[in-house]
Amino acid sequence: MGTRRDFLKGVLVSGAAASAGVVATSTLARETRPRPPEALGLLYDATLCVGCKACVAACKESNSNPPEFSTVDHLWDTPLDTSGYTFNIIKMYRNGTMEAKDQEVNGFAFMKTSCMHCGDPSCVSACPVSAMTKDPETGVVGYNPDKCIGCRYCVAACPFGIPKYQYDSPTGRIGKCELCRHRHKDGRYSACAEVCPTGATLFGRTEDLLAEAKRRLAHKPGQPMKIPRGRLRHGQEKLLAGKDDGKGAKMRHGWRDEPDQTYEAPAGKYLQHVYGEKEYGGTQVLKLSGVNFQKVGMPDLPPDAAAAMSETIQHTLYGNLVMPFAVLGAMTYVAKRNVKPDDDSSDKGGN
Amino acid sequence: MANKNHAAPAPVGGNLVNVVTLTCGVLIALMLAILVVRFLFGLGAVTGINDGYPWGIWVVVDVVIGSAFACGGFSVAMLVYIFNKGEYHPLVRPALLASLFGYTLAAAGVIFDLGRWWNVWNMFWPGSINPNSVMFEVAVCITLYVIVMWIEFSPAFLEQLGKNDARRKLGRVMFFVIALGTVLPMMHQSSLGTLLVVMGVQIHPLWQTPLLPLLYLLTAITMGYAVVLFESCLTSSAYRRRLETHMLTPLAKIMLGFLVVFLVVRLGDLVVRGTLPKAFVPSVEALMFWLEIASFVAPLILIGAESNRRNPARLFLAGILLMLGGALLRLNGFLIGYETNVDGAGGFTYFPTLAEVLVTAGMFAVEVLGYIIITRRFPVLPREDVQAAH
Repeated sequence: MGTRRDFLKGVLVSGAAASAGVVATSTLARETRPRPPEALGLLYDATLCVGCKACVAACKESNSNPPEFSTVDHLWDTPLDTSGYTFNIIKMYRNGTMEAKDQEVNGFAFMKTSCMHCGDPSCVSACPVSAMTKDPETGVVGYNPDKCIGCRYCVAACPFGIPKYQYDSPTGRIGKCELCRHRHKDGRYSACAEVCPTGATLFGRTEDLLAEAKRRLAHKPGQPMKIPRGRLRHGQEKLLAGKDDGKGAKMRHGWRDEPDQTYEAPAGKYLQHVYGEKEYGGTQVLKLSGVNFQKVGMPDLPPDAAAAMSETIQHTLYGNLVMPFAVLGAMTYVAKRNVKPDDDSSDKGGN
Repeated sequence: MANKNHAAPAPVGGNLVNVVTLTCGVLIALMLAILVVRFLFGLGAVTGINDGYPWGIWVVVDVVIGSAFACGGFSVAMLVYIFNKGEYHPLVRPALLASLFGYTLAAAGVIFDLGRWWNVWNMFWPGSINPNSVMFEVAVCITLYVIVMWIEFSPAFLEQLGKNDARRKLGRVMFFVIALGTVLPMMHQSSLGTLLVVMGVQIHPLWQTPLLPLLYLLTAITMGYAVVLFESCLTSSAYRRRLETHMLTPLAKIMLGFLVVFLVVRLGDLVVRGTLPKAFVPSVEALMFWLEIASFVAPLILIGAESNRRNPARLFLAGILLMLGGALLRLNGFLIGYETNVDGAGGFTYFPTLAEVLVTAGMFAVEVLGYIIITRRFPVLPREDVQAAH
């Protein structure tokens, strides 16, 4: 019969092994990761958006996505939310009489919904097969359907509700904005920013975009303000520390030349908050708004990414497999003493 | 060894065709038909899942809850071989068998839910794996554990097939297999809780804490013992065998020990994080929280006293309540307390479709059918003096 002493010994040995493991690995706490220095992103300025949805159409076209209908006549692409086939959408906020734009009470406003390209993305941390990855240089969160197993952990993990799955297909993929990374090699940047007529969606290095956002916030409402369109350009951005171009200059990102489309307009009435500057440690897509961000569908997120907490727990318990092996060692030691090989065929124990 | 005092396991014998096995057969046939539709037309054709609730009952019930129900083998083996409580030895094989089915099916059932199942090999491919992913850890551990459990259980087959030489050879390394069989479930049962951590603010604060791995591990152990109580009472009644109260009564005491530790950690965590007031806000979440807590507390009242633990009906009921409590903890965390993009327009709802429920029922039917066939034909349950074959 097992004795109380053996029982206690088992408890002690396994407890000691477990605590040794914790002590050995508690240094693996992982901080929230910042965006890479050369991170690319978008700046969406809701006060400039006119809700024309040119960006929605351009996104569909450049990603070869089919239209989605929400009206009876099925005449136009009218998605109501992002989906496995719609990676970008402009949503409208309405309140009361809707008499003024960018006003919370009795007003209306627009908000772009698409991937925020987090500095420390939950989807990338969650993905078991590295189908969701973050480019170490550009920080673009990309998706590889050839690795994806369709578990939808990324869909569940994203606090913005961005990765979406194609439930209607037997070979359904995850659909999300990849910042048009497939166009980058041709010198073309995100289609949504390229077509935006008012510069409400602007493409560039996130660091430059953040400076641009703060420049706008410094304006008084109605004060004349220069507004770039398309891509944040040479004059307005710092020189990029890119690769050498062989002619004694640093390469920029190799974007195609296009005329400067900067124009002047009165500054909007901004909330003094660059959404994405600090949320989850910082995202690469930044947003400005006149209406409370939670009212227009952006979650209130802490400055630490959930991925950091998740990976801290994961690596504290399993880092270098220290703790599993310590516990396994202890268990093997105790089991070796307690399990007798059953040579005697009448004793059917020890299975 | 203590098992010298016990009757050796022997096949129960008897007819394999009866109302229970036929019902299982029908449920399994329905499941297969639904799965054909699922694989031809996609997950949306048969399930109610959507982008607001990307994980439905095939994940939460079949895998997260199902694998915890299958912790009997691990809980009892730990008791017998690690804590050297040999008196529970006759419970090992039946518990292990139930676990074997539970886990094998949970692992197989994952495939039904994977949208791009043909890529699943990436989970084990060094060029693809992501050790930062909690799901990677869960998947690898569960796969290994299924293999380990088949090895752990194989003496029952080898014995029946007369391969005593192989059985003896296996017996010499069995201690290591058993050690693996206790460590692997500790790892993935705790990680099943950690799965929620990366979902951050989308999980209601009543179920989002860094202590999730500990809470899930402790409840997996209590659920393991609870399932043994449930299964032992049910088997005794179905096969008209003697009740194993002499083992179940002390086992229930150990189970209550783990339960008390769990309740202290669970409620202490809520108090320390200042989340407890959220349980008093009238909401579906609060209601489900109190149902969950009630299911955990009720067994303490029901079988807290030694004399009550000798009552098989009370043991059975306490077992069911603890299984329910653990199931609710998981259901609440993964579905009730989950909301995509809390501040977004959302508007997503999820309720399982009949087809989804039938597939889950079909999975449990495979387990029950397998358990019946194997206990009737292979040496799993302890031999009874009078064979009650029927």
